[in-house]
Amino acid sequence: MEEKVLMKGNEAIAEAAIRSGCRHYFGYPITPQTEIAAYMSKVMPKIGGTFLQAESEVAAINMVYGVASTGKRVMTSSSSPGISLKSEGLSYLAGSDLPALVINVQRGGPGLGGIQPSQSDYFQATKGGGHGDYHMIVLAPSSVQEMASLTMKGFELADKYRMTSMILADGTIGQMMEAITFPETKSETVDTPWAVTGTECKRPHNIINSLSLVPEELERFNIQRFERYAEVEKNECMWESYEMEDAEICVVAFGIAARVAKNAIVAARAEGIKAGMIRPITLWPFPKAALYEASKKVKAFVSVELSMGQMIEDIELAIRCSRPVSLCRRVGGVIPNPEEVLNSIREAMKGGN
Amino acid sequence: MASNSILLAGFGGQGILFAGKFLAYKGMVAGKEVSWLPSYGPEMRGGTASCSVILSDTPIGSPIIMHPDCLVAMNLPSLEKYKGSVVPGGKIFLDSTLIDAEVGRDDVQVFAIPATRMALEAGVSTLANMVMVGKLIRECDDLSFDGLDETLHHVVSARRAALFDLNKTALNEGYNYEG
Repeated sequence: MEEKVLMKGNEAIAEAAIRSGCRHYFGYPITPQTEIAAYMSKVMPKIGGTFLQAESEVAAINMVYGVASTGKRVMTSSSSPGISLKSEGLSYLAGSDLPALVINVQRGGPGLGGIQPSQSDYFQATKGGGHGDYHMIVLAPSSVQEMASLTMKGFELADKYRMTSMILADGTIGQMMEAITFPETKSETVDTPWAVTGTECKRPHNIINSLSLVPEELERFNIQRFERYAEVEKNECMWESYEMEDAEICVVAFGIAARVAKNAIVAARAEGIKAGMIRPITLWPFPKAALYEASKKVKAFVSVELSMGQMIEDIELAIRCSRPVSLCRRVGGVIPNPEEVLNSIREAMKGGN
Repeated sequence: MASNSILLAGFGGQGILFAGKFLAYKGMVAGKEVSWLPSYGPEMRGGTASCSVILSDTPIGSPIIMHPDCLVAMNLPSLEKYKGSVVPGGKIFLDSTLIDAEVGRDDVQVFAIPATRMALEAGVSTLANMVMVGKLIRECDDLSFDGLDETLHHVVSARRAALFDLNKTALNEGYNYEG
């Protein structure tokens, strides 16, 4: 175990990416994630890597596409409006089955919105954003330590399944500092026989492309891709169960909302309400089975979100609407306080009887 | 004390975020769980800046402080904005060089420190923030001057070693202030 270091969440992402072997970063500044680019600009030139501030988000994601085609670990980062600009590139990455890591440190929207924390890009991250049938692996850190560990995990999963991994963070987790450690184990890498690295006249050309004009062929590619997605859904769901053993109310929250919810659960238990939490760590694949199992035991669910209610739809689907699901939400950059979450838990307890 | 939540607030440029960072490192060096959350809006470029620091013996839930145990206020707007949120029995530290106002609460301990004047007189005019932190350390049972050098080495870069002694001077000024 290495020494503890105090770092901002954004810096932890950058350092973890470098430790994962990422040597290519392309980005364009936007609050509240600019520390990622700043860190990369300091470190990359010293270790023979590439830091490039692109002329736009669109340029940056296409540079990511270029490096990803060579099988090298590559990343970009942005915040909500910037991710919208990258969405075309995300679809192309998916259509070409390229591994990459994309960071979204969310801020309030829609439009330019504000610069304070938000989780309102949940739909965009988990349901698409770009066009076409595709998924990204979406990881939701709720601490600075997880900003580091999920960045490493994100690269590994991206390589393993030839997919884009997205870290869906928020302004709070990006800006806050906590003491963390970096694991000493080296990030796992896989062979990339598909990569465009020069044939040296010894093998046939590899072609990276998302264009496929024969419908039957394109259909086959889509089906094959979804067979891979099914593997991801089977193997890679991650969640944290907190105080769920005897819980009657199950709070579901991720990221900063889960941190606030923990305080509320402690307070609820202090007044005799058996509350617990399932915290999805992967938002796609969504931990459906864990929620379905919980639905057999609890009276009601409370979804705590920094959005108008997006994840709540996945909760209702996961539990097949077998229990009431209420929403505790603040938006626009406002974070619900523990008292508000506690009130929602109390209400759920009354209604859930 | 199992947990200590400290809210620091003042003008941008007074070193509010730096003072908070020092306290977070102080906690880390002492083996505590720590969180540091800055305001990161336009106030970073002037206006009111604030920063929330939690030091705890157990894992920290929300890093957002609704009701601080300690408030360090370095300008009047910050005192007015946050004084009501301090927990009963909590502590308010204010820079009395810059704040000429009564706190108006009898259920909290108030420490008025002329930090800006003290810093000026001690030849560390830009370090009123660390004078305030010195006093805070003195008055909080779970904080101590142990590990001070190690903590300072974390926040003062080696390239700017001259600032090390200046910070120590400011911290000592605050620590030894009686009042």
